[in-house]
Amino acid sequence: MSAAAQPIDQAAPALAGWPLRRLLRLGVIGGAIAVYLCLVGIVPVFAQRALIVHVVSIGQAALLMTYGVFGYLAGRPMAEGSRPRAAAAGVFVGAMTGAFLTGLALVGSVVDLRAVFLNASPELYDLLTDGLGTSGAWVPIATGAVAGGLGGVLVGLPVGARNPLLVGIGSLILFSLFGGLLRTPMLVTPLAGLARFLFGSDGLTVAGAIIVFVSSVAIALIDRRVKPRQRVNAMPATRRRALVAPLVILLLVVVLLFPLAMGDFFAQVIATIALFILLGLGLNITLGLAGLLDLGFVAFYAVGAYTVALLTSNSVLGLAHLGFWEAVPFAIIFAMLFALFLGLPILRIRGDYLAIATLGFGEIIRLLAGSDLLKGILGGPQGIVNIPKPIPVGPNHWLAGPVQIYYIALAFAAVVAFVSWRLRASRLGRSWMAIREDEDVAEGMGINLVQTKLLAYMLGGGFAGLAGAISVGLVGSVFPTSIQLQLSINVVAIVIVGGMGSIPGVILGAVVLVGLPEMFREFTDYRLLFYGVALMAVMIYRPEGLLPSRVARRELHTADELLDMDDADLLAPEELASPHGEEGSSA
Amino acid sequence: MNQRRLDRLTDVAIDVFMWAFRAIIILVVVVGSALTLLGGKYTVDDWFELVGRGISLGSIYALIALGYTMVYGILRMINFAHGEIFMGGAFGGYFAATALASAGALSDVISGLIAIGIMIMVAMAVSVGLAMGVERVAYRPLRNAPPLVPLISAIGASLFLQYTARGFFGSGIYAYPTVPFLQATAPIPLLNLRWVDVLVIVTAFTMMGGLYLFVMRSRVGTAIRAVSEDKGTSALMGIDANRAIVLTFIIGAALAGAAGVLYGLTFRQVFFGMGIYLGIKAFTAAVLGGIGNVPGALLGGLFLGLIEAIGPTLFLSGFGVPSVTQLAPVVAFTMLVLVLVFRPSGILGERVTRSRV
Repeated sequence: MSAAAQPIDQAAPALAGWPLRRLLRLGVIGGAIAVYLCLVGIVPVFAQRALIVHVVSIGQAALLMTYGVFGYLAGRPMAEGSRPRAAAAGVFVGAMTGAFLTGLALVGSVVDLRAVFLNASPELYDLLTDGLGTSGAWVPIATGAVAGGLGGVLVGLPVGARNPLLVGIGSLILFSLFGGLLRTPMLVTPLAGLARFLFGSDGLTVAGAIIVFVSSVAIALIDRRVKPRQRVNAMPATRRRALVAPLVILLLVVVLLFPLAMGDFFAQVIATIALFILLGLGLNITLGLAGLLDLGFVAFYAVGAYTVALLTSNSVLGLAHLGFWEAVPFAIIFAMLFALFLGLPILRIRGDYLAIATLGFGEIIRLLAGSDLLKGILGGPQGIVNIPKPIPVGPNHWLAGPVQIYYIALAFAAVVAFVSWRLRASRLGRSWMAIREDEDVAEGMGINLVQTKLLAYMLGGGFAGLAGAISVGLVGSVFPTSIQLQLSINVVAIVIVGGMGSIPGVILGAVVLVGLPEMFREFTDYRLLFYGVALMAVMIYRPEGLLPSRVARRELHTADELLDMDDADLLAPEELASPHGEEGSSA
Repeated sequence: MNQRRLDRLTDVAIDVFMWAFRAIIILVVVVGSALTLLGGKYTVDDWFELVGRGISLGSIYALIALGYTMVYGILRMINFAHGEIFMGGAFGGYFAATALASAGALSDVISGLIAIGIMIMVAMAVSVGLAMGVERVAYRPLRNAPPLVPLISAIGASLFLQYTARGFFGSGIYAYPTVPFLQATAPIPLLNLRWVDVLVIVTAFTMMGGLYLFVMRSRVGTAIRAVSEDKGTSALMGIDANRAIVLTFIIGAALAGAAGVLYGLTFRQVFFGMGIYLGIKAFTAAVLGGIGNVPGALLGGLFLGLIEAIGPTLFLSGFGVPSVTQLAPVVAFTMLVLVLVFRPSGILGERVTRSRV
């Protein structure tokens, strides 16, 4: 305790008027979060993966972030008045957060917590106390005080210095997490030496970390001076387009060449992302535009998958031995018919009941697919195997493996994005949005609710069927276990987190929510935990999603909140990045 | 003109479809039951055994359903995380049970019953803690948001609790310790119940009776009903709506926690994903009885339990469907869809206004 108590004692004369209760509360919340991160397994599991080689693991970084964030929060209200006090508050809250971990390690050394918490292992305590055992109990407190203090110092800095530093920390984390994306292609070029200098097999090297941090801070500083975004926005439209077009083309080339440069693992990851973009765009019509929460979306995916499987499979269950491409239209049509069949009875149900009813349908489909009843047709738990690849090529062809699925899924995602973009502006799309906003008013305006909802449901279902068909092409088999409630929830999360009704939102949602867990195998177990937190956080803090469409933004805020918002936000949400002025433009 | 004809066509098509839907269901039920009964494969004793199992399962559904029904009554929202609150209770009860079992408390009847009482207390405490946390973090900030927003947040909370449990306890299945005297058959004619079923039924009915009296007679219960009826007016009468809402969550969670222990004692298996499906079934029970309706939850729970226990055998085995018990959840979920489609106000009628949804 003594190490941490010192700075607090120094601050004691200034203690009068301190928001002590607030600080204690923050410390308790921070401590609870830190202990949670340890016990739920995130800290010990990610201790295996380096953020900066030999210096800090991702697990430790998670704890450091907790200290830092709570130190930052502690200092925030004081930063205006007195910077040293803000820093002291950070030190105090950080140390308190750490003290909880000390408590965990000490309790754990006496009582065997493993009987309840699987992760409360001696390895975890070693991690916390730096291998010193009970004599290292001061370690979390000291680290907490330092990291929390840094947070407190950071919050007290002027915006001009603080934001570039935050950008630096942010890009340090991003580069160390996703360094592999740069490292892998660099290794096959003459830049291999540089790649080894900057990146370890996972995470950054120390030199790489310094370089990334310094250069991103420098870029952020330059960005603040030059304000490129504001300049671009101030340009006339034709010039802006001339400037943006090459960037778009460059992005397109990168996206197209990506799997060839990155090898199979990354191609698989991106093929999965592309599949989820497809699913997300489908649900985006049902949920995002028409406002129908469908928790059984996987049913249509399953229909598409099983249709293709049955029509193309070379196993005994195969019915027609069609080629993949001949089967795809059937998959889409059957999925749409199925949506019609499900939609007819349930679409008159009110909103929240609809969600549960669709969930029930999804479960019925899953259970039936795996049941003995339909075993003769669908193969029961053994599923259907031996499904040919969409593009049959030899094993060493450049289109073999997930690469072809990547291109196929991407091409379809582009088509579907175009279709839903055009639909949104159409009469039908506007009817959907009218229904989403208020069914009664929409009906009063002459919109046939059932027809319009059915169309949304069927189109969404058709897209999901397409995604199911492609996924079968990717995997080459289909099992009842691939029809999971998790998949439906996954897609709902993508649409909600990305932004209901927004196509860029869906793409971003898929990249973040699917790409991230796919890249980190350790993350798989925590994927849905992460979704749960993301869903709650988005609903509470940003119900319109990360990249909202204009209308959803208006709809999901109550009238009072709208009054508080900037008018600029409401009128031009596309330019959201700039109107926030100084702070937003560089972050 | 064209549009109007199309509209009429859709209406007719839907009516036809809905009648066909009803006809198929009734046909399956009637013909299936007739075939099964005429087939004579099952004796009267078999049916009574299924009935007993159905009542026992239904009592657990009813206990969980009360949480859904009360929260829906007061907030007009589906507390999607309620199944996970039940799961938390089951785990709390499990750890209490293993501790008590290693102390040897489960071997004889008296200490065993006391031990079960302690398990239920622990489970209730865990569930109440979880529910209060969920209400505070995920629901309270969204109280005035459009209806889909709290539902999505609730789904988030459900995922969070599920995978937190998985992180804490792993994905393995935990087996409740055996309680020897509960496994014996109870001397009740025909129903062929084990003592554990008797315990489940008695506990559940006692708790529900207590709850009914509490809600109908006590001051606090009256406050809860007043807030369900009209939040604004009850606030004018000096009722603290927030307190009534938190209390509703606490009561619902306490019952779910008890249900968790009862479930653990009956089926002897707990794992992190157990809450979601049981939760959905319990929600079905709540809707079946009429959401917002306390006696309705009991009725709906029992009805669903019976349908799920008897239904697959009665309706399907007559058609020669293989391994019918596999399809028990299908029957339950079909029931869910049927209720939502054909009678969303439930058997006893719902006690909530439709204003918000």
